[in-house]
Amino acid sequence: MKRKYADLHVCPDLGNDGQVARMIRKTSELGYQLMAIPLPQNLPEEKIRTLQDVCGECKIDFASRVDLRPRTSNELIKSLRKLRRRFEIIAVMCESKHIARQAAKDRRVDLLSFPGHDRRRGFFDKAEAELASNALACLEIDLKPLLTQGGRERIRLLSSLRREVATAVDFHVPVVVSSGASNELLMRKPREAAALTSLFGLDEVSALEAVSKNPMAIVKRSREKLSTRFVAPGIRLIRRGKDC
Amino acid sequence: MLKRMRRRYLGLKIDCDEMLGSGEFMSAVWDAVLRLYGEYGASRAALALIDYDAAKKLVILRTSHTTAGMVRAALASITKVHDRPVAVHVLAVSGTIRALSEKMMEKHT
Repeated sequence: MKRKYADLHVCPDLGNDGQVARMIRKTSELGYQLMAIPLPQNLPEEKIRTLQDVCGECKIDFASRVDLRPRTSNELIKSLRKLRRRFEIIAVMCESKHIARQAAKDRRVDLLSFPGHDRRRGFFDKAEAELASNALACLEIDLKPLLTQGGRERIRLLSSLRREVATAVDFHVPVVVSSGASNELLMRKPREAAALTSLFGLDEVSALEAVSKNPMAIVKRSREKLSTRFVAPGIRLIRRGKDC
Repeated sequence: MLKRMRRRYLGLKIDCDEMLGSGEFMSAVWDAVLRLYGEYGASRAALALIDYDAAKKLVILRTSHTTAGMVRAALASITKVHDRPVAVHVLAVSGTIRALSEKMMEKHT
């Protein structure tokens, strides 16, 4: 069966409709079947529908995503309660250790992201990985900092990524590789993205899963949960009626 | 007896608004390989430019089959050529130029 690829972090300027359309078209041309764009929390439904329509024209599936940057654990819990049923993907940017811990143990979080410039502080350690593994959260790695940084910065970034990926693999935390691209020239084909992951120690099979199976599984799981037929994990409504 | 070196031919598309010269492009490729894998890695890559179509922005590059993954990663890491924003995409990979041309034709039609 042909592999389906997904880029869960395409970041066009949402105020620039032309750029949004160009980046959606480019994502489709590069061979992805699913994409997600981080949306503001208060974005009207109409705008989301417009994005879905543009994606439909380009024959690519669209998933709504929100990026949370909470300052406290309580703020994170409050946001999750408010937004979980509105967005298909919830990513948490873990800028401190207690946020990272809370996000890793909360089953409503899909993706754990760590700031590219601050990876040396190592929030994604063994304890974090164990929590994430139990809660089904994935570690998200953006390729943008890898492409835009150079010299010592990139060496440090690669070293931190190698450590994080090794921890994730040890604890069976799925890794998701996204572009994080803010313009078309920072977007890469799925196999190119997979090739870049070899720089931080992902083997070829895991690298391909990081751009296909893992992101697809997140969206599938979320859609199942958001569907009206969902009752609990593993239980869903098959039929309604008096004869049931 | 010395084992024959197996090769891989990579068909590339340059994504750039301006036209680039083959020399500029190849120096960007060498720089990317050197930055990521050092002189030892670059020496193993056995890179060679086979064909360069500046108008269509299509390139055929040859490398050793053991280093095709390395070269793919290095090509993906190119973001600028002489301060001009650029992206390089691999259209097809093959063991012979003829098969590569056929694959590229398929993808372009």
